[in-house]
Parts: sequence; structure tokens; C-alpha cells
Amino acid sequence: MADLTTRFGGITAPNPFWLASAPPTNSARQVHRAFEAGWGGAVWKTIGAPVLNVANRYGAWHWNGQKMLAINNVELISDRPLDVNLREIAEVKRTWPDRAVIVSAMVESTREAWHDIVARIEDTGADGIELNYGCPHGMSERGMGSAVGQVPEYCERITAWVMERASIPVIVKLTPNVTDIRWPARAAVRAGANGLSLINTINSIVGVDLDTLRLVPDIGGKGGHGGYAGPAVKPIALHLLSAVASDPEVRGAVPISGMGGIASWRDAAEFLLLGATSVQVCTSVMHWGFRIVEDLVDGLSRWMDEKGFATLDEVVGRALPQLAAFEDFDLSFRTVARIDPERCIRCDLCWVACNDTAHQCIDLVDASGQVVQPRSWDEGSNGKRQATEGRPQPRVREADCVGCRLCYNVCPVEDCIRMVEVDSGRPAVTWAELVRERPEVGRDWQAMERYRRDVGIDIH
Amino acid sequence: MNEIEARLSSSPASLAEQLPPFSDSQALHEAARCLYCYDAPCTHACPTHIDVATFIRRIATGDPLGAAKTILEANILGHSCARVCPVEELCVGACVLHAEGKPIAIGRLQRFATDHLYARGVSLFRPGPPSGRRVAVVGAGPAGLSCAAELAKLGHAVTVFEKRELAGGLSTYGIIGLREPVAVALAEVEMIRRLGVAIVTGRSLGEDLALEELRRDFEAVFLAIGLGGMPRLGIPGEDSVVDGLSWIERSKLDPASLRVGKEVVVIGAGNTAIDAATVAVRLGAERVTIVYRRSRREMPAYDHEYGFARLEGIDFRFLTQPVRVLVDNGTVRGLACVRMRLGRADASGRARPEPVPGSEFVLPCDQVIAAIGQNKVGWLERLGIATENGFVRVDEEWRTSLPGVWAGGDCIRARGAASTVMAVEDGKRAARAIHRALCATSAAAE
Repeated sequence: MADLTTRFGGITAPNPFWLASAPPTNSARQVHRAFEAGWGGAVWKTIGAPVLNVANRYGAWHWNGQKMLAINNVELISDRPLDVNLREIAEVKRTWPDRAVIVSAMVESTREAWHDIVARIEDTGADGIELNYGCPHGMSERGMGSAVGQVPEYCERITAWVMERASIPVIVKLTPNVTDIRWPARAAVRAGANGLSLINTINSIVGVDLDTLRLVPDIGGKGGHGGYAGPAVKPIALHLLSAVASDPEVRGAVPISGMGGIASWRDAAEFLLLGATSVQVCTSVMHWGFRIVEDLVDGLSRWMDEKGFATLDEVVGRALPQLAAFEDFDLSFRTVARIDPERCIRCDLCWVACNDTAHQCIDLVDASGQVVQPRSWDEGSNGKRQATEGRPQPRVREADCVGCRLCYNVCPVEDCIRMVEVDSGRPAVTWAELVRERPEVGRDWQAMERYRRDVGIDIH
Repeated sequence: MNEIEARLSSSPASLAEQLPPFSDSQALHEAARCLYCYDAPCTHACPTHIDVATFIRRIATGDPLGAAKTILEANILGHSCARVCPVEELCVGACVLHAEGKPIAIGRLQRFATDHLYARGVSLFRPGPPSGRRVAVVGAGPAGLSCAAELAKLGHAVTVFEKRELAGGLSTYGIIGLREPVAVALAEVEMIRRLGVAIVTGRSLGEDLALEELRRDFEAVFLAIGLGGMPRLGIPGEDSVVDGLSWIERSKLDPASLRVGKEVVVIGAGNTAIDAATVAVRLGAERVTIVYRRSRREMPAYDHEYGFARLEGIDFRFLTQPVRVLVDNGTVRGLACVRMRLGRADASGRARPEPVPGSEFVLPCDQVIAAIGQNKVGWLERLGIATENGFVRVDEEWRTSLPGVWAGGDCIRARGAASTVMAVEDGKRAARAIHRALCATSAAAE
């Protein structure tokens, strides 16, 4: 059985699955239940400045019959009194010495306020502090949350204040609502942070109700932007994680706790492979409850066993070396789509995707091998037999296939379309290498045409 | 109508529509499963070629009225067809998700969309700009109504003549309420009336309606008269046998008048026989047995109807030929039958059943219902219309041998299973053919 023990800077936990700072970690009662279910850690819902909340707080994006592809919230930080939170944090930590108990904090941007909250958190016995520089609504209007995370200088200064006083590990939580997340990440590292976590929620408006014409969620006839999270944000989170994890000023300097749309062990494994040392989960717990940790822990360890990984160290960051810029991709690497006629159910979604929107290299072929057009059946024919037996088969013209992979993506059948590597007959070359040798190719279409002719690249 | 409504209101719950409607969320989830195939095989399989994938997508996007429009553009009687179509043989049978054993419930989704439309009383179609041409349609069943609606949409003035009290044909009279309540068929009739189609009931071709007059008063005539009554069994005691179609008709329109036996035998194994047997079961018969002279393989009922009948508890006696109804003082006591065996194939391509000598036996029963098909329409020869094997002969433009007279529906269905949806398609395509002919004559006149 793989060892899931997690060492995140100075913080240890029995597994890398931590509840993110959010409604699920609002009280001792909840965190006790979560730890009973098996969560390795919990980042307490942000404490700090006094707030009042509103209703409705959560909007959601439901898609094609699937509930909560993503959630959007306008809930603020904890509205429970600071003393109550601190007392409960201390009690939880005493009860669960082996779990990571981290306290998220956000206060007014003064040195005194931050020194004070750090001292109070340390008194609880918590394992670490997470600085919430990410909350994109409400708090940012008061100069906190993402108002800090969006300005690297603020990020650096406030982190430095915290580091003056903190004796336990400090994690800086980054907002994705920036043009380049590496800047605030570097600022935090420069100020001495012990770790980073990302992503906080993304600024969003989740929708408009077409019956009432009101924004979702409707807050007494008004609405506004909120923080977006859940499965739909995962690809954005993976990108931002990899950007930070591969940054020379961050890599090796501090560990990263990754989050954004993690719903299953598979999602978690991807975050680990792209450089997260621990992962945090919120939306899927809000959808299904704390019990999902069983799948996370069990699925991840089974996968690690199958892959021969004994510890998380062998997994974390393992996929990062592949990250490359476009100009470093091999222009001669070629794949083509191949459709397995045995598996194909002839839904023809590949045909329409390829012919309407991609590169027009899939044909429909009848039983005699002739290319036919869609809807070439006779209007007088009907019935299941005529409709299915004479139905043509989609087939890729491999010579014309550019390997775009759209058909693979739209195909509803597992393993029906495969992308097969084929020899392009051209030596490997990247764009960077090409324009270094023949700079005119990148500037002049005629030069580009000559180059294509020389190496045999045909664009149909 | 009030008298009919009163009669319908006495219908027992056991004969009410069997499948519950999909809820919004059931429909959404089922619609979301649809792959939205391109040039989808369900559309090809549908005789009216409804763009199934598109109407299902419109349900999924929350536009059930749009879905209904997609359906009714191809099949004006989509409200009935959603209920009565043999979808396993058609759209659902062709669904690509059969590969994993879970095809989309297309009929249920179609019903969801058309129920939504009819519940709101929305008029989706308008009569076309008046062409000044008059067309007579004989028979207000699915073929006649479909033809009338399409012609009205093209601007022609259409009058439908119907011999019965109500329009709708077999949708109103011949399909049991478990599958299609009368109200569904009548709602479609109303929609077609709103297109400006005049429907005259109580007029019967060859009796108080002369074809020659129609040909004189209208520029085109479309015959959609369906088939006739049940042929005679030709066995002693026949007068005590209940006619299956009348039995079903009363179960829909006058259920209080039905007297069901304790032990009922139904002769015949088509879909009507199964429907008649189902009504008997639902009305409290203790035992219902279907007797059929051939084997299960030759049985004309759809497989899913047979499966349904078995679940209803209906027994089947195959290779059994009735020879005599045993009647005692006007009371049925049993049905004498002989066992059969299958011989060589006959003209229909099915094995010919032959009696086994000395095998006669009696099935005790107190009611015998027969549903052995309908009389053909060879009598139309008297009106100068050529027939073939008892069906009206039409060419590829639905023209009969008589100029200005077209035909469609069950009366031309010499091959293949007669069904509502085939009749609708006949009516639709015949309407286009009639329209083409009328346009050609106007062009010639100019």
C-alpha cells in the first residue's frame, strides 16, 4: 500500500487531502466530522475582520442535466465571532494531533492587525497559517483578499509583516484573477512565505434567470460577481499550478497546495503530477459531503500501487518536465485519427465535427466502399433495419488528417477513435530552431511556401 | 361533445393511459443522454422522418414548444404517434445507443413535447395564403387528417368527410385507451380544424356521399377510407362472437356498456387481438386466452405487444384453429378448436397451418372475441377505382386509376404493417403530390 504521508514544509498530515478554507470548515463540529471521515487536513474558514453575510449566497452552473458543474459564491469570510473560532480551532487541534489544522486569515492591511491575528492563531496550537489574498468579492472592496493578491507589492509587504511574527509555517493563497500569477507567487516567496496555495475562486457571474431576468444568485433584487469554483475550473487551476510550480523562483523554494475543481482521486493525481504537494477540496464536498475522501484516499493509493509509486515524493511534479512553450514543440511529430469500425456506433458526430469545424478529412463510406453524403437515403425508406443496415461508416482520409484530435474528443465510444503516431518523413524541428535557421519563414508567406515545398508539408 | 365527455368520464381507471408522462426532470435527463447524432438513424427509421435528434436537443435546452414544432412539422399527428408508434421497430430500434443496450426513450420524449404543446393550446401552424383550390378528403383517420392539414398549410380549402360520429379514425376508435386516450386524438382533430379544415361527419362514401359529386365539386379528392369491418369467421355459432374492433371502440367511448366474461377467448394474434384481450383482462376477466392457428413466429403482433400481453397475464394457444362456438340458450359455453401443424409456405410467405386429424378439443369460456383483421376495399371497383388484391392501386404520386382521385393510408397498404405513422406519411406525401398537380393545372391555365 502506497504511503500517503504528506510533509508540506513543516506541516505533516496522514494524507494530502485537505479541506479548503470555505463553508465546510466553518466550525469544530464540521471539522470533527471531516476528520472522522478521513480528511488529512483542514484549512479553517477564513477568520479575521468582522463581517455580515447575505442571502442568497451560492449560484451554480448546471449543464445538460448534470448538477453543479461549478458553484459561484458571494459568501464572505467567517461571520462567527473570532473568539469562538479560535476556541474551536484549539479544541480540534487537541483532538486531532495527527491532522493538519491550518487557519486561514484575512484582516485589515496594517502591520498591527496582522501581528495580532498571527499571535492569536499561534495560541490555538494550529499547524500553520494561510493568508487569504484571494477572496474576489466583498472583502476585496474593503482592501483585503484579492485586492492584496492582485498587487505583488502588497502581497510581499503583508507577507513580510506576517513573517516578522509567525513561528509556524505560513502559506500564501493566490488569486487567479491576475494576468500572470507568477508575479504574486514570486513576491510571496521573496517575503519568506513557507508555502503557496492556489487557486482561490475565479471572478464570475454565474447566470441570469430567464424567467425573472434576475442575476443568479438573486440577492434581494440585486446580484454581483462572486467566486467561481468546482469541476469546471480544474483546467484553469492546473495551468496556474504548473506555471507557478515550474517557475525558477518558486520551484524547490516552497511547496504548493493545489486546488480548483478536484472531485475525484484522478483529479487529485493530476494536481500532484503538476507539482502540488497537497491538494485542497471544497465544491465537491459541498455537493456530496465529507464521505468522498474515501474515494480520494483509496483511489490515489491504488493508482500509486499500480504505477509503482511508494511515496508522494515520487509523484509530485513528475509531469512538470514535459511543460514546454509552443516554440519548442516538434513540428514534425505527426498523428492521425483512426476509427475502429467494430466499435463505431455510427453516430457520425466525428463526421460533422471534422467537416463543419475542423479539417474535412472524414468521409462516410457505404458497404461497397463508395464515399456517400449524409442523408443520401431514400425518403420512402424507413424502419430500424433500413436505417441501420445501410448506414455508412465514417472513415478518416489519413493523408489529409492534420491530427487535430477533435473527432477523438467528440466520439462518445471508449477506444473507438485512436490518435496514431505516424512517421511524417521529416526530421524533428521546432519553431524556435526553424526561425533561427531560416528567419524569413516566420516573416514572409512566400518563404513559408518555399519551406513547405522543400520539406513536403501540404496544407489542403 | 358533452354527451361524449360524459361517457368518457365513466371510463374505469384500469383503462386509463398506462405510461405516466415524463416529469420535467425525467425528460431533461433522458434528453441529455441523447448523443445528437448527425444524420441520425432514428430520423431515417421514422416513416415521417421527424428530426428526432433536433427535437430532443430542444427539450434538453428547455424549449419544449420548439421541440413540438420540430415534431409536428414532419408529422402533424405527432401527439398520437408519440403514443402508438411501434418505436422499437422504428426510431428507438435504430438508436445508436442500442450498442450499449440503453436506447433513448424517443416516444416518451415526443409525448413530453407534444403534451406540453397541447396543454397550452398553442397554434403552431397557420393556413397558407388562399389558393382558391378545393380539395375533398374522404376519411378523417390519420391519413386523411394528415393530408388535410398539409393541404391547408399550402392554402387549399379542404373539406374532410367522415362516416363516423367523431373524426380521428382508429386513433379515436381503434387504439385502446391504455395506449391512446380519446382526448389525444380529438385534440389533434381540433388543431386541424383550427387550420381552417372543414370536417363533415356522418357522411359515408358510396352511401350518402357520391364520389362523382366530389369529383365535380372539388378539384382533387383524397381517399383515406381505411379498411372495412371484420371478415366472417365462417364457423357455427359465429353470431355469439364479439367483434374485436367494436369491443375496443366501446371500451374507449362507452365503457359502461361493456359486459366482460369470466373466461374469455380471443381469436387472432394481431395487435388488435392483443388490445381486445387487454381490455378483457383490465375489465376483470379471470382468464383470457388468445388462440392463433399459426405459431408465435408467424404472429403479426409486434414483439413488444406480445411481451406486454404476457405481463398482463394473457395466455396464448398457438397452432389452434377455432371450428365452432358452443352456445347454449344464447350463452357461450366454449370454443371448439382443432390443433394445427405448419405445412409449406403459402402466398403470404408464412407457413400454411394444417389441421391435425382427430385433435378437436373444447376451450371452456363464456365469451369469444374475434380480431382477425379487416375487410379490404375491393368494393371501390364499383366506383371505378382499380384495386389490387383488395387494396386501392396507386402510383408513385399516390394517384388512383381515376383522374383527380388520390388515395393513401390503410386502404392502399398492400405491403407491410399498417400503422398510424405510415398513414400520416401517406397523407403528407399525397398532399404534396396533390399540391404539385394543382399547381401544374394552374400553370397550364395561365
